[in-house]
Amino acid sequence: MSAGSKTNSLAIDWRPGAEIGALRARAAMLAELRAYFAEHGVLEVETPLLCRGGGTDPQIEPLTTRFNGPGFPGGVELYLQTSPEFAMKRLLAAGSGSIYQICKAFRDGEAGRLHNPEFTMLEWYRPGFDLMQLMDEVTAVLRLALGSSALAVEHMSHATSFEQELAIDIFGITVSELQAFAVDHDLIGAAQLELDKDGWLDLLMSHLIQPALGKDCLCFVTDYPASQAALARMNPDGRTAARFEVFHRGIELANGFHELIDAGEQAARFEADNCKRKSEGQCPVVVDRQLLAAMEVGLPDCAGVAVGLDRVLMLRSGYDDIDSVLSFSLSRT
Amino acid sequence: MATYSTNEFRGGLKLLLDGDPCTIIENEFVKPGKGQAFNRVRIRNLKTGRVLEKTFKSGETVEAADVIDRDLQYLYNDGEFWHFMDNETYEQYQADENAMTEALKWVKDQDVCTVTLWNGAPIAVEAPNFVVLEITETDPGLKGDTSGGGGKPATLETGAVVRVPLFIQTGEKIKVDTRTGDYVSRVKDE
Repeated sequence: MSAGSKTNSLAIDWRPGAEIGALRARAAMLAELRAYFAEHGVLEVETPLLCRGGGTDPQIEPLTTRFNGPGFPGGVELYLQTSPEFAMKRLLAAGSGSIYQICKAFRDGEAGRLHNPEFTMLEWYRPGFDLMQLMDEVTAVLRLALGSSALAVEHMSHATSFEQELAIDIFGITVSELQAFAVDHDLIGAAQLELDKDGWLDLLMSHLIQPALGKDCLCFVTDYPASQAALARMNPDGRTAARFEVFHRGIELANGFHELIDAGEQAARFEADNCKRKSEGQCPVVVDRQLLAAMEVGLPDCAGVAVGLDRVLMLRSGYDDIDSVLSFSLSRT
Repeated sequence: MATYSTNEFRGGLKLLLDGDPCTIIENEFVKPGKGQAFNRVRIRNLKTGRVLEKTFKSGETVEAADVIDRDLQYLYNDGEFWHFMDNETYEQYQADENAMTEALKWVKDQDVCTVTLWNGAPIAVEAPNFVVLEITETDPGLKGDTSGGGGKPATLETGAVVRVPLFIQTGEKIKVDTRTGDYVSRVKDE
């Protein structure tokens, strides 16, 4: 090696963001999780990271790449999955029974203290479970993964969290009242923001409510408003969806649904998402027709959940930046 | 008009907010898994020194402030303004009391200061981290006491008052850390 290249390699920060202890903690956590699912009869599966159809959610932007080769003379645009949800639902429709997957998910535009564009997701599905049963299992799995077997649990509806913390009735309040509330509560910049109702609810949730959620417990926030149903079925009340999120020490760790199984409703939501994307100047996402075909044949009644394992590991090991639990976050690749 | 998108936000970036030049201290990306993304930014107003937190929708653009830091040599004070010169271009600048803030306690002529210029005019002056100043007045210490325990106040040639060890006498020069206002050491004339 020449002296010149030696000097160069000293100037470049090549080291991992994670200490070796954090790598060991990750390996231990993954082994514990796999042992749990093996013991509970949940099958480990793998599905493609490269997909021809993708998630349409306007708030989740997929990364894309291209395949050129046999079968695709003109090349084909592929999405890096934003979650393994669609492929796993096709396995469920094919009769897989309970399944789980630990995989990478990818999202454009997301990088920061709690975000990396490529992150590790644990996702699992339980045919026959309702949301309460799934939340019980999420509690068991998160207690295990966090290494905190006696961690207390709290449940609160999305509407109640706004009512208790901010005295806001999310169903009655208007967009201009939400903006006035944010300005009154010294959220500087709120006066200039242009957001829809869900955007304002996201602002208040992430700035004023979430930091205190799950301080000494796992906090399940349930029954999100219909406009934030994502892929959850509607509740009988007609204005909320069977969706929950889990927070611990103010950090969002998991999102679960009592899954929508109606193919027609699913197709309508894809279309509404893509309309919104177009109106916001975003690219529409190619709809996963194979998922819709599978749902037409029949997705079993099931509940499913996705957990961000890097954040779980952060909390398990006492770090406050995702970079400390990733071998190489985006800035180190 | 230059602008920055939120994706360019990082510590030290200079923005124009409500007409005032500001610098980013810390930028946090905030996004619910299935919700709107925001940049929550800690910002210092460079004119008032006030620190505040401001939230932007991710992807927005914000006007840039024409703010640069220059190393300028302090020349003299005319009673109203403190005059500085760029040693390379010989261009001169005048800073008022609002821009001087703490620095006016420490600078004497010849010192090189970091001066923040907004649209070409000084808005903030930072004294060198360490300055050497002569003591113009301090109580005589007890003869033979070199322990330094306790200390005593001493007035410096710029008017600033610092605590010094008991053995330090009027007319001596001392090194001071301007960030804390603490005595560092005695300086012997060459």
